[in-house]
Amino acid sequence: MTTDNIAVKSKQVEQFLTFELANEVYGVEILKVQEIRGWEAVRVIPNAPSFIKGVLNLRGSVIPIVDLRERFSLDHSEYTHKTVVIVLCVKHHRIETFVMGIVADAVSDVLDIKLGDIKKAPNFGSQLDTRYMRGMHVYKQKMIMLLDVDKLLNPDEVDDMDAISDSVSADSDDFL
Amino acid sequence: MSIDMSQFHQVFFEECFEGLEAMESGLLSLDIGDIDSEVINTIFRAAHSIKGGSGTFGFTVVAEYTHIMETLLDEMRDGRRQVTKPAVDVLLGSVDCLREMLTSIQNEQDVNAASVATHQAALEMELKGTTGESAHAAPVSTHGSAPTTPVAVEAEPEEEDTADEEQGWKIAFCPYLNLLKTGNDPVRLFRELNELGQLTTNVNIQDIPTFAELDPEECNISWELKLVGDITEKAIREIFSWVEDDCALELSPLAKPKKVKKPKPAPTPTPAVEIASAPAHPAEAAPKKAAAPVESDPSKNAPKASSSIRVDTDKIDTLINMVGEVVITQSMLGLIGENFTMDKVGQLKRGLAQLERHTRDLQQSVMNIRMLPISFVFSRFPRLVHDISTQLHKKITLKLVGENTEVDKAVVELINDPLVHLIRNSLDHGIEMPADRVAAGKPEMGTIELKAYHRGGHIVIEIVDDGRGMDKSKLLAKAIEKGLIDESAIMTDKQILELIFMPGFSTAEKLTDISGRGVGMDVVRRNIQSLGGNIDIISELGKGSTIAIHLPLTLAILDGQSVAVGDETYIVPLVSIIESINITEKMLNKVAGKGETFKLRSEYLPIIRMREIFNVKSGEATKSNEGVIVVVEGQGALCGFLVDELLGQQQVVIKSLEANYRRVEGVSGATILGDGSVALILDVPGLVRLSVR
Repeated sequence: MTTDNIAVKSKQVEQFLTFELANEVYGVEILKVQEIRGWEAVRVIPNAPSFIKGVLNLRGSVIPIVDLRERFSLDHSEYTHKTVVIVLCVKHHRIETFVMGIVADAVSDVLDIKLGDIKKAPNFGSQLDTRYMRGMHVYKQKMIMLLDVDKLLNPDEVDDMDAISDSVSADSDDFL
Repeated sequence: MSIDMSQFHQVFFEECFEGLEAMESGLLSLDIGDIDSEVINTIFRAAHSIKGGSGTFGFTVVAEYTHIMETLLDEMRDGRRQVTKPAVDVLLGSVDCLREMLTSIQNEQDVNAASVATHQAALEMELKGTTGESAHAAPVSTHGSAPTTPVAVEAEPEEEDTADEEQGWKIAFCPYLNLLKTGNDPVRLFRELNELGQLTTNVNIQDIPTFAELDPEECNISWELKLVGDITEKAIREIFSWVEDDCALELSPLAKPKKVKKPKPAPTPTPAVEIASAPAHPAEAAPKKAAAPVESDPSKNAPKASSSIRVDTDKIDTLINMVGEVVITQSMLGLIGENFTMDKVGQLKRGLAQLERHTRDLQQSVMNIRMLPISFVFSRFPRLVHDISTQLHKKITLKLVGENTEVDKAVVELINDPLVHLIRNSLDHGIEMPADRVAAGKPEMGTIELKAYHRGGHIVIEIVDDGRGMDKSKLLAKAIEKGLIDESAIMTDKQILELIFMPGFSTAEKLTDISGRGVGMDVVRRNIQSLGGNIDIISELGKGSTIAIHLPLTLAILDGQSVAVGDETYIVPLVSIIESINITEKMLNKVAGKGETFKLRSEYLPIIRMREIFNVKSGEATKSNEGVIVVVEGQGALCGFLVDELLGQQQVVIKSLEANYRRVEGVSGATILGDGSVALILDVPGLVRLSVR
């Protein structure tokens, strides 16, 4: 690939949906978002990890709901009328698609972000696992963490969330 | 113009397999000596359309093979050739071989050249007219496994050249001027090549005329391509097959071939092959490719799941009618709602009732689409019986009854293996040798009857044979010898017969290929239970046995009992519930202070506390002596689920949890309740297993 190509690519714009979670702003690719809905009671799945709040009936299909606060080991907060569920279409092994919902405090904005403006997530060493991060972006002096939902919500990983795979840093490159 | 032929492949394969089935049943019904020309015609027509279709789609291996079959059949049709048993066996073998070839092609795997060559040789031998002698060489119906008879190695001499093709290819691609006018775009070709391996392109622009002379519709440039990767020549040629007449194409391997001395100069570095002579090539390339070790890519070996279904047009018409009705009702309701006044309540209620009725009908007709006649399964058995009875030298006829009974598609797919097993058992152990039968005063010809019929909400499949039946004393002795039961055990006849479902039980004195390895009946029962069914045996010594399988009509809807545990609602499949009882203090016992049991009449059954096993936190924790025990049967054992209360019975539509999540232990699926919330359906055998851990 020539340097021209990279230059062209870095000017490409992608849209991200940003949402709030414990006073931080996160973003997900808007093309992955299927819909946004208010929080409603879910059916608990027995013996599931705590961040899987349960399953929900989405027009006839049963979809799991993940609480990102618990997923990121943040303080739990009560669900209010402002709490939203962002329904995402997750690709798994790049073939199968899963529909899952994530619980967020509030939805904020849709941003156009140039691919070139996405900074790689810094390495926090073993303290913090950044493999679910697609990168970071600074918008109005505020930092937005862009999530890689395909990796974050991989159903296979539900069991071993803390397992650190070495290959991840390598294949996250092909997104940039 | 390049049309994507692959979109028709699925249909082609389906038609081929149908054709093969027609050939098979035709061949089986051929009565040696008294030939019905109509049957031969049917077989011939099926072979002919397979040949035509495979030729069109470029599956030359199949086409050539079918051609030989066709020649043979043609001679039979014209009466120039006698229809003999060996000939029919060879043809049956060929049907198997064709099926194997087509399956491989469908799964994008290499065709097993050795097997094809064997069958082809047998066919050719038959064709040469040495009918009598050919019998020994005929590879009789192999049923999937590659035949061992090593006949005919003359098939393809260049089998080993494949090693040369590993490194990659240098492709010189010089389109003629008119390439673009034919609607072909080199870029598209390159994109496809790039999918095969790593592609580097070098453009040769020296032939471009000056700007004044340049015709933008002419292709003045040529390319030198380097494609790195383990790619077959055939694959590359396939990509270029649409432009082969409009270009000069030279292919040469990148690496030096290891065997240059090979007589056949297939892909040697220097002599490049003109693609203009291509038509013959795919044919040669395919068997060559097949001879290579097939361990290439394990992921490709998994057969592609076929997900298409053929539906009666009548069913679709009904469905469309129903949808029409629903739409009309909906618009009527919309009209009422537009300017609603209280005096329209009656109208609204009527409208809603109508909507409910239509929705129910709609649901029923959609479910109907999933229903297939059981002949989809049954039609394979005449062949199986034919082959195995020949192999065992027994005389057996198979009677099929109720082939048009409709069952759910999922049942059709899953019932096949258990049925094959049961039929094999009947053939092998059930029916006696002809001499023994005559001695026992029975007709020489044994009969196996395969019946399907509806009863209640179930479908019953029965396998009835008039063989020797099961010897209960022998079963009992065997079970004691194997240590499966206690010597002093007193058992009813039914219990004794059910011993054959115990793991590790086989009554056959010696093991045969066909059955008797002691794995089987327990697996059969487990498979049937996993479909929500059960299996019964009736057997009378000397008269025969009947095995009856009861299956639910559909796997998409189930009768359930909803139960409450805390705030959670679970559905227990009604078929597995024996009874439900209110718990009382004196029924409960603890074994060693831990395992809880309760006394149901004279039996002690283990208790599974749903609240604990599912870790339910919500709601008030029930005291140990409150609640309802639902007695269920799972994996042949009784056990009690302790729940807070029983809610009600209803039919529930099964939704998959795995579609968006994954399997959850103790839960077989989910459903949506009337209020729109989700309820989990309990997997009773799974829970019993979970509680043991």
